[in-house]
Amino acid sequence: MQEIRNYTMNFGPQHPAAHGVLRLVLEMDGETIVRADPHVGLLHRGTEKLAEAKPFNQSIGYMDRLDYVSMMCNEHAYVRAIETLLGIEAPERAQYIRTMFDEITRILNHLMWIGSNALDLGAMAVFLYAFREREELMDVYEAVSGARMHATYYRPGGVYRDLPGKMSQYRESPWHKGNDLKRLNAWREGSMLDFLEAFTADFPSKVDEYEELLTNNRIWKQRTVGIGVISPELAQQWGMTGAMIRGSGVAWDLRKKQPYAKYAEMDFDIPVGVNGDCYDRYLVRVEEMRQSNRIIQQCIAWLRANPGPVMVENFKVAPPRREAMKEDMEALIHHFKLFTEGYGVPAGETYCAVEAPKGEFGCYLVSDGANKPFRVHLRAPGFAHLSSIDPIVRGHMLADVVAMIGTYDLVFGEVDR
Amino acid sequence: MSETQTNSLAERLSARFGDTLKISVARTEVTAEVAAADLIAVATALRDEAAFRFGELVDLCGVDYLGYGQTEWDTETVSGTGFSRGVEGEAMGRFKWADRPRDVSQPRRFAAVIHLLSIENNQRLRLRVFGEDDSLPVVPSVTGVWAGSNWFEREAFDLYGIIFEGHPDLRRILTDYGFVGHPFRKDFPLIGNVEVRYDPEQKRVVYEPVSIEPRVLVPRVIRDDADLLQAKAEAADNWREN
Repeated sequence: MQEIRNYTMNFGPQHPAAHGVLRLVLEMDGETIVRADPHVGLLHRGTEKLAEAKPFNQSIGYMDRLDYVSMMCNEHAYVRAIETLLGIEAPERAQYIRTMFDEITRILNHLMWIGSNALDLGAMAVFLYAFREREELMDVYEAVSGARMHATYYRPGGVYRDLPGKMSQYRESPWHKGNDLKRLNAWREGSMLDFLEAFTADFPSKVDEYEELLTNNRIWKQRTVGIGVISPELAQQWGMTGAMIRGSGVAWDLRKKQPYAKYAEMDFDIPVGVNGDCYDRYLVRVEEMRQSNRIIQQCIAWLRANPGPVMVENFKVAPPRREAMKEDMEALIHHFKLFTEGYGVPAGETYCAVEAPKGEFGCYLVSDGANKPFRVHLRAPGFAHLSSIDPIVRGHMLADVVAMIGTYDLVFGEVDR
Repeated sequence: MSETQTNSLAERLSARFGDTLKISVARTEVTAEVAAADLIAVATALRDEAAFRFGELVDLCGVDYLGYGQTEWDTETVSGTGFSRGVEGEAMGRFKWADRPRDVSQPRRFAAVIHLLSIENNQRLRLRVFGEDDSLPVVPSVTGVWAGSNWFEREAFDLYGIIFEGHPDLRRILTDYGFVGHPFRKDFPLIGNVEVRYDPEQKRVVYEPVSIEPRVLVPRVIRDDADLLQAKAEAADNWREN
């Protein structure tokens, strides 16, 4: 009889299902995984060290580039850490704007996730559907910040500017004309909030479409039900948060348990799974999209009714208005000092976490009183999640590793930092 | 977490552990400093005892306290040399690998900072463990208590050179295969030590010393402004001094 021995296989970093730059060294017994050893760090840019060499505000843009599909949530954790040490609080309107954009970001992230996870497991169409809606929300990002992805919109003390009163429209071109153009611009006649309101009214039916494609799909269920089962104990042992722990039936959500921004005022539900497998985590994330949609609607209603400042009036932290800078000498001095030197943050340390779409995104900030952080550590949910892959995929088949990587919702910008 | 919750956690900790932990409370966050020798016993108790139930290790990271509170620009007195006051500092953006400061004496430079979370009691706790020997900082590994600390400890080892005693697989994790040095230490240059390019003649990737010049655009400044002093007093957060 022929002797069969285990062999080692290299999965990635150039593999479409490796979600970027994951290199996975797999020890296989036939098609069964005996040991999985992920090699990460191929996208390590030393964000934390770079942040130590710059004034506080200049690192906000780096946060977008960590988890580059949930940009504003990362900013939120960093900005909140600075605000905690400074002892300032953003105005109420800014808090509502942040809450709204955190939820827009959650939908953006989950759309990316549902599309790419389905693609990994062989369903092409979902990706195309999901990107249709992502495009609309990217336009909302662009409307407030000028950038479709890397917004740098949140600032210590508020947000960079108020919501725009006008939504950008498509212009006539050889590709968009006539009725097609009218359809594209139908929601874009009014303000950004009008556009978003039209979007949220329509979005639940879009989620139904994704569910139509996947929820009762036999192939989808064969690939996900009973795969990668995580018990609540295992989830806690491995420091899991977000949909990973909620999929295992633990109703843990920072938005409810340790509310920040305006989540305490919001009416929404926390979906939890039962079995803790890939299918349950899929259901949890789909339901989270619907709940995020609800939160956005509540924020829109409040923001319409309550105009007000979106930035603190503390010129030691936030720059004065540009018109004031042109006329008032003190404003000019503040402006000059803020943009050449930045602001000092009182000595101390803090850990601030937000419920990012992937789990708990935390920022541990140590300041010694200088205008640059002494130490910034960013707690990325994906890093903690991926570290648990070895005990979870042991005994599974090779194809299930792909399902597992997909369900972790990995983005290597945050894993490698 | 509310104020009362934090206070009661601090009280429960000091009642249970006494002098083993050095506890400080800032804002609503509780920090406990623990000696390396006591870490495992304390960690196990924190995980298992009903009063604490810190079932989840959320985060573990290294910190290098070298140069804490040092600035590059004297703001107390006025000198006639203008902006050049700012370029004499020794921050990590200002030196190359070859000129890095070798004799760096700051007692107890390295610490591992652990953030714990109790899902059952909805509370958080920060543990700080200093490595006693700065030339070889050693801290016991908590992988036996929280399995999830595995990668976080590898990261702290990789970036700071903190050795976690008892870790099952203490390899580098984020830096390149064959990397030299611990890049997040404050005496490691910001520009790094080597750069990589493809050499068409040798037909392979080659490593060379970095060619870029170190530079700093904004000097590091600590201003004792009135409102900062006030904020300092209000925070009553003197964890570094005591």
